[in-house]
Amino acid sequence: MKNYLKRTVAAAAAAVMTLGLVGCGSNTSSTYGGTGSDIGGVGNADSNASGAASDADSTAANGSAASDANGGTNSTPAGNGGTLVIGSIGPITGGAAIYGENVKKGAQLAVDEINEAGGVNGMTLELNFQDDEHDPEKSVTAYNALKDKGMKLLIGTVTSGPCEAVSKEATKDNMFLFTPSGSSVNSITSGDNCFRMCFNDPQQGKLEADFIAEKLDGKTKVGAIYDSSDSYSTGILDGFKEEAAAKGLEVVAEEAFTSDSNKDFSVQIQKMIDNGAEVLFLPIYYTETALILQQAEGKLDIPVVGGDGLDGLIDALGDKVSLADGVYALTPYSATAKDEKAVKFTEAFTAKYPDADLPIQFAADAYDCVYAVKAALEKAEVNDANIDASELCDKLKTAMTEIEYAGVTGDSKWSADGEVTKNPKVMQIKVTDGKGEFTDI
Amino acid sequence: MSFISNLLNGISLGSIYALIALGYTMVYGIAKMLNFAHGDIIMVGGYAAFITMTANWCPLWLSMVITVTVCTVLGVVIEKVAYKPLRSSPPLAVLITAIGVSYLLQNIALLTQTANPKTFTSIAAGAPPFLQVFSGKGAVFFQTNPYTEEGLKPSLTISMETFLAIVVSVAIMVALTLFINKTKAGRAMMACSEDRGAAQLMGINVNGTISLTFAIGSALAAVAAVLMCSAYPQISPYTGSMPGIKAFVAAVFGGIGSIPGAMIGGVLLGVIEILSKFYISSQLSDAIVFMVLIVVLIVRPTGIMGKKISEKV
Repeated sequence: MKNYLKRTVAAAAAAVMTLGLVGCGSNTSSTYGGTGSDIGGVGNADSNASGAASDADSTAANGSAASDANGGTNSTPAGNGGTLVIGSIGPITGGAAIYGENVKKGAQLAVDEINEAGGVNGMTLELNFQDDEHDPEKSVTAYNALKDKGMKLLIGTVTSGPCEAVSKEATKDNMFLFTPSGSSVNSITSGDNCFRMCFNDPQQGKLEADFIAEKLDGKTKVGAIYDSSDSYSTGILDGFKEEAAAKGLEVVAEEAFTSDSNKDFSVQIQKMIDNGAEVLFLPIYYTETALILQQAEGKLDIPVVGGDGLDGLIDALGDKVSLADGVYALTPYSATAKDEKAVKFTEAFTAKYPDADLPIQFAADAYDCVYAVKAALEKAEVNDANIDASELCDKLKTAMTEIEYAGVTGDSKWSADGEVTKNPKVMQIKVTDGKGEFTDI
Repeated sequence: MSFISNLLNGISLGSIYALIALGYTMVYGIAKMLNFAHGDIIMVGGYAAFITMTANWCPLWLSMVITVTVCTVLGVVIEKVAYKPLRSSPPLAVLITAIGVSYLLQNIALLTQTANPKTFTSIAAGAPPFLQVFSGKGAVFFQTNPYTEEGLKPSLTISMETFLAIVVSVAIMVALTLFINKTKAGRAMMACSEDRGAAQLMGINVNGTISLTFAIGSALAAVAAVLMCSAYPQISPYTGSMPGIKAFVAAVFGGIGSIPGAMIGGVLLGVIEILSKFYISSQLSDAIVFMVLIVVLIVRPTGIMGKKISEKV
């Protein structure tokens, strides 16, 4: 009898141990995926979202009540229209922190400039930025918190995975969502309330294929290393492959990694060598790119082409920045670009944040987002900050398709599905005396 | 050539898994508990090495000493504070505590070091590769490419980090085996793992032996941390979690509680991971690793080197 008891306890313990292990595993992958795990993450967020839906509704009611009270007591001297609260969500800690930091600073810069110049139609703007650590669940929580704080429209979220989760919630609430940098196709497909400032992933992949075919003469054998657990990465690769076939490029090696095994790239690099790749295509973020470049040092010496995820690579490499020399990245803005708007923005940014690093594309995207919203608010003649968020959304989504906005990241127009049309720019990293910078090519 | 290169990469990765797995397996063998915080001790070791190595006043050898000391002390303190009071509680309570400690360490690191990954400088930074093979020219050891001017590229390169990981791991495993078989303290550990109650009756200090086990396991974690962060030069608060889980798998694979089992399990796991990534699919490598584990456990439920448990009726 005693023996039997002992055995059942042991079996139960073993079962719980395995459970514990599984719990551990899935958790680490979703948190660890500071730079990835979009697919898994979105699944999580879905279940979370349905659970939190009733919660969200009640907080929405709360939120509008609170903001009404707020608007009543908080009429600012700047204008008679009150204070319009713009919410924003992105990672300011975690593996993708550099993106969120830049969006926060860029958006704040634009908001301050607009307020100093007298606001929009008599309204003062206020930016409320929340951290989501590039985690869809935390992003949805942040979204609900922002609604409690009287948010009328959302500039965000910064990264694709969280954006896919939050946009579903925003569509349910008919909240205007304008992502500066959520580039996966599904970031804005949940409804007509969603817009974006950047290219979507397949568009980006297509432009990169065009670049390799047209500008890197004679190099037709492309090797790609991508993150199969990340929708940003797979999205770009899909667009790239389609266009590559049309342009006569040959993808000779297509090697994956996941957010659970994103440290050792020896195999992927070896495959590039064995298959005779002439160009290395990296549709991934800077964290892994930094590791790949370090592990490929001395073994693989071919041109590297990446997307806007490579913004931040210079900082990530630290004192090994020379490895980034010559890397091409498709990014619509660079702090060292020479065109007038970019120069003006960079100067304003460094004047406001003298201690910060130079802004990256995400800061420019966010800055443009705020000004595009301003243009849309003016077009829609919104002059009361106490307007219902859903009503505001209806006005803005019509106005967005009517405006043309010439911004730091290019001349932009929007279609009703929220996608932007503008010209791409390819930059190259140049390293001189241990300091790297993006330069026009 | 690519097979040899992959094999060595696999052995190098596997040696790191093996070092971590040793910590799991020793603690399990002696304290009969799964120390899930072990992976995070690696992370702490990584940060200790990172902070001391970036400090100007600290030479490399001293930063290694500090790293090992920090991990050893941390391991012993965790054991005294979190696990010892629960020694007579059901194993589940200890397991949950271990998971709690793991999250505690991760969150402390998040708070103090932020989640931004830091670039780790390899301990072999600036050193030439261990081995380079040139087709038609033969092999070159410990030298930078002598044929650069002729534009010749090595067809096989074994980096210094790969070489160090293998050599250091093998040396440590030999030393550990000798320690356990030849010294009094080592034999006390064996006795405790066989029957803790009987060992106590024979006059062995069981508490002291368990503390010693944690100290050794954590010191190995410190070495693994330095080797791992040198080979994959980045560190974040989650650095330890995935290798920790993989090493746990390696320990089970080899037969948990068995020291040679942990070594064999770790190396096999690393080799299977890298080779399946290369020859089968880079997407499926983790799935393949775990499938092999399942097959091994079906055929040999106690792992490759596990003892067969025969129960007396």
